[in-house]
Amino acid sequence: MERTVYREMALTPMVWVLAIILGGIIGAAGLAVLYVEHNGHIVTGMNNQIVWGLPHVFAIFLIVAASGALNVASIASVFGKTAYKPMARLSALLAMALLAGGLGVLVLDLGRPDRLIVAMTTYNFKSIFAWNVILYNGFFVVVGAYLFVQMSRGMSAKTIRAMGTAAFIWRLALTTGTGSIFGWLVARPGYDAAIMAPLFIIMSFSFGLAFFLLVLTSMYRLTKRNLDPMLIKRMGNLLGVFAGAVLYFTAVRHLTNLYAAEHGDVERFLLFGGGGITTLFWVGQVLIGGVIPIALLFRPTDGPNVGSVLLASVLIILGGLVQLYVIIIGGQMFPLEIFPAYEVTSSFYDGAVNSYTPSALELILGMGGVALTLIIAGLGVVALRILPENLSDS
Amino acid sequence: MKLPALNTAIKDLSEVDRREFFKAGGAVATVALTSGVTLMAFGGEASAKADAGKRWGLLIDVNKCKSDCNACVTACSDENGWEDTGNPETDAQWIRKVDLTHKQTGREVSLPMMCQHCEDAPCIDVCPTGASFKRADGIVLVDKHACIGCRYCMMACPFKARSFVHEPIENQKTHAPRGNGTVESCTLCVHRVDKGGQPACVEACGKTGNGAMMFGDLNDPASEIAVALKQYSSIGLRDDLRLNPGVRYNNL
Repeated sequence: MERTVYREMALTPMVWVLAIILGGIIGAAGLAVLYVEHNGHIVTGMNNQIVWGLPHVFAIFLIVAASGALNVASIASVFGKTAYKPMARLSALLAMALLAGGLGVLVLDLGRPDRLIVAMTTYNFKSIFAWNVILYNGFFVVVGAYLFVQMSRGMSAKTIRAMGTAAFIWRLALTTGTGSIFGWLVARPGYDAAIMAPLFIIMSFSFGLAFFLLVLTSMYRLTKRNLDPMLIKRMGNLLGVFAGAVLYFTAVRHLTNLYAAEHGDVERFLLFGGGGITTLFWVGQVLIGGVIPIALLFRPTDGPNVGSVLLASVLIILGGLVQLYVIIIGGQMFPLEIFPAYEVTSSFYDGAVNSYTPSALELILGMGGVALTLIIAGLGVVALRILPENLSDS
Repeated sequence: MKLPALNTAIKDLSEVDRREFFKAGGAVATVALTSGVTLMAFGGEASAKADAGKRWGLLIDVNKCKSDCNACVTACSDENGWEDTGNPETDAQWIRKVDLTHKQTGREVSLPMMCQHCEDAPCIDVCPTGASFKRADGIVLVDKHACIGCRYCMMACPFKARSFVHEPIENQKTHAPRGNGTVESCTLCVHRVDKGGQPACVEACGKTGNGAMMFGDLNDPASEIAVALKQYSSIGLRDDLRLNPGVRYNNL
């Protein structure tokens, strides 16, 4: 096999245009944050019922996708698939960029983002949130070191494999931690399920690979370098398996809940009676984010159909955002069951299904996280030797 | 039923550390508002005064609580400075009246809901910075200087007891610090309790003649509340979660 040559991405006018657009989105997100911080969260759609909103959907999507984007590198370094090896650098870079984008959104939605230093220096070790702060920071260190050893001259394959394995284990821990943010909420009938951790891991595999495929192909089209369609087809097959697994874990989660009488109400609300949230689940998450992309990825074709894989990736990302919306918002829309035997009313929306209309500010902040991810990844490939000159004969 | 003594919690090393820290740092745990006015953040003096031998709690008799009475809510609002600003979805409510109708029997009852001051409080477990904390005497508070406004405690609380401050606040009470972008809830009127008083809601309920709320030390077998708890059956809300709330209800 030929030796892989990595080269920086040239700063073409098109790259500049994209950078300016992304910079504009980030600037708008910054203004949105300042506006919310000045006026308080009352200007958002979030309230005392829906305490986590659209920013959390974007943030958790990006964080989950971050660990999934590392898949390609893991397949190369840990599982020894040489075809994936030339893409391992981009995989590690994109993983860090996604995490930075997600954390940016999460942190800037805090009520007191100026106190981030408190979160970084004061830990309650019984809190999975505090553990996540460590897991997220550690991810940058471990994946950064992994990228460094990949790019260093004369580094032995053994060292790269060891770092790749460490990063792989870390990313599993990270997504376990993210899923457990919800899985360990014992009081909320919409959460409180051990399956949340493995569900989030498999979601990360799917969302992360879809994001990686779109970024990889975009960068290769921008740089006019060769990208083997068979490679895309191969990753598309893997994506199809992951998307199927997300549907499987989702089904198991809901079937388990449906079996228990105590969870019957929340399941009926989400799956059958919740109005918009039910439509989002069946149409957005299951159909657009699951069934259609799986069909696209596995439909018999004469040769590799890159267009189908890319369309499926877009649908999986949209469906993934919807899935997190259904989990995060849907779980809060359903009222807490403090008095199971009673009909409940109060001035504080006890017993009521809560409504949520996200504001444009929240959407702009979320999009800012995506733009931040892309600009970091873009800067990385412009400044560093991340992208192989040729991915046509690997 | 016997409520486990809370003073065992003092064995928790982190709690000892925190208390010692706040004792030492009490002088700096204040924030200047305007000249001559300072706010005590919970955690400083408030923590230092906690008596590990006590566990403060409430007993609420729902048969005595009237559906049309809102005295406890009004008293808490006046005492602690939170108010109805016409935005019910975002306004803070430290205490609220809940009206219940039994699904099978049709029995109607009304009761006040507030922070249940759990022994094993989920809000404290999930708080990443330790801003949610429990004093040695069982009162659950938010350290307003350490809260980063992540709202995870609001996700975790089984009782919807906490509110997020959604807008800048003016004219707040010096004994009840509040702040835009932080989470807050019933303090059991810790500023009154530390001076030997009782919570404003309990006092107001007594003045109406209903007398539905009783406050006292659950650990003192001779206290009125402990005697009543021993004599009559009562429940903690969501007892299935085994949080051992400091607020108990009878006739529910």
